[in-house]
Amino acid sequence: MVKKAEVINLNFSYTDKKVLNSVSLPIYENRITALIGPSGCGKTTLLRCFNRMHDLYGSVKYDGQINLFPDQLNILSKEIDPIEVRMKIGMVFQKPNPFPKSIYENIAYGLRVRGVKKKSFIDEKIEDSLKKAGLWKEVEDRLHTSATALSGGQQQRLCIARALATEPDILLLDEPTSALDPISTAHIEELVTELKNAVTIVMVTHNLHQAARTADFTSFMYLGKMIEFGESSQIFTNPKEQKTENYITGRFG
Amino acid sequence: MAIQSEFSTPQSMKRRWRNFKESFIHLLLLVCAGSSVLVTFGVIYTLVSEAMPFFLEVPIKNFLFDTEWTPLFENPQYGIMNLISGTLLTTVIALIIAIPLGTVAAVFLSEYCSNQVREFFKPLLELLAAVPTVVYGYFALLFVTPILQKIIPSLESFNALSAGIVMGIMIIPYVSSLSEDSMRAVPLYLREGSLAMGASKLQTSFKVIVPAAFSGIASAYVLGISRALGETMVVAIAAGLQARLSLNPLQSTQTLTAYIVQVSMGDLPQGSIGYRTIYVSGLVLLLFTLSFNLIGQSIRARMEKKYK
Ligand SMILES: Nc1ncnc2c1ncn2[C@@H]1O[C@H](COP(=O)(O)OP(=O)(O)OP(=O)(O)O)[C@@H](O)[C@H]1O
Ligand SMILES: [Mg+2]
Repeated sequence: MVKKAEVINLNFSYTDKKVLNSVSLPIYENRITALIGPSGCGKTTLLRCFNRMHDLYGSVKYDGQINLFPDQLNILSKEIDPIEVRMKIGMVFQKPNPFPKSIYENIAYGLRVRGVKKKSFIDEKIEDSLKKAGLWKEVEDRLHTSATALSGGQQQRLCIARALATEPDILLLDEPTSALDPISTAHIEELVTELKNAVTIVMVTHNLHQAARTADFTSFMYLGKMIEFGESSQIFTNPKEQKTENYITGRFG
Repeated sequence: MAIQSEFSTPQSMKRRWRNFKESFIHLLLLVCAGSSVLVTFGVIYTLVSEAMPFFLEVPIKNFLFDTEWTPLFENPQYGIMNLISGTLLTTVIALIIAIPLGTVAAVFLSEYCSNQVREFFKPLLELLAAVPTVVYGYFALLFVTPILQKIIPSLESFNALSAGIVMGIMIIPYVSSLSEDSMRAVPLYLREGSLAMGASKLQTSFKVIVPAAFSGIASAYVLGISRALGETMVVAIAAGLQARLSLNPLQSTQTLTAYIVQVSMGDLPQGSIGYRTIYVSGLVLLLFTLSFNLIGQSIRARMEKKYK
């Protein structure tokens, strides 16, 4: 197994509230890593460090490293442009957020932002990423209609396709199914499992079954600390830490 | 105390009183809404009824194709295109200034500046709209025109260019204020979605925020156009009173509105054909404003249907 990234001693605070406390964990290439833990423990905060989303808002402080392999590039370093980081690391949000544009333009967006002009290339990429996101059959004859007319589940798959079109090194998913019905959820879970052949995935989820079903690795966080990291099979059947066991058996959280 | 638990019968006092109140309020609202419609129709009725006799005397052909607009001369000509060209010329110049600057100001206020900076700039910008238009008129005539004449020596002292530019500055806040409101109403998750794709702030602003807010921005543009078409003092003071069929911004020109003030300040006998031209000009102006509003509305409806 090859490491795609590595978080080392990451500390993070909003204004005066410390939210992440010396968090470290590896992210393995072409594997799914799930972040679980009770509400407010810092999962979203950690995930958003990967693409420097916090830089958009003032009054946050962080230190530590997130090294991206094989170049061993510390993406938290002030010398690195957050836009370059976001070019390499895609993100899908909790609530589907397609742009109010056509399906075609939604997926072309990332390519256009990167300066791609060639129409044949864009067309090809659009078909390719829609196929990867399992949406091609449903939308191939309506690519130029509005993306916001799609169902919630379709919109979320569109957002995944949008992120895939630019071939990110890592795909971040923040509770990607929490706004969806069970059928769309199952669809996305299946999709995520297939996608790991193409991309490394880090996924926040509140659904422990989802983590157990889809993730290769799971890390349990509690009050801003990384309590336990391991293969999902081990975390869910034979946790080493008492706190992990309490959480997965539903005794708190 | 028991919260009302039985259904009241249709005859019960309470229910009848409530129904009465409801219908009274309904009526009141109807009257309020109706009165504005009534005023509009009143204006249209006055314009049309006063303008009608004009067309009984002046053939439409002359009205549209005469090369001069000289209703008060010995041998009057009634070529309305002279006034229309002046109106469109000053309006277009104003929009060339107001639309880009207003949009950029809106993008800056909505996407780039901190709350404190916005609190500082917004009132300043809105002050532009609070200055009396007569002040703008003299500002154009006595300040802008002399400066422009240094650059363009052939510029006449009364000219469409200077009046149009100043009018443009005047309507910037109309364009920016409404545009900014609708851009700020674009949800944060669209901004984050765009930035997470690796887009810069500039790309996010113009490729996501502006299109997403387009229906509000289009309304802002239509408002700006209506203001420019209807503006009177600036053009009457700085653009001159010379009606002419020309799109040369360096010459003096007359707009529909400027003609109306010019003529209504004289003492034309009521009912004379010269007097009627006031209403005719007003009617033409109304038609223009109305059609721009309709065009704006249909563009907006189309955008909303497409990208809702
Ligand atoms: N913008 C912010 N400013 C200040 N504090 C914040 C901000 N965002 C989050 N927090 C705080 O940071 C802590 C961690 O939040 P975070 O969103 O990372 O939790 P989470 O694990 O994703 O929770 P959930 O499962 O509810 O999504 C919480 O206590 C939260 O109140
Ligand atoms: Mg969260």
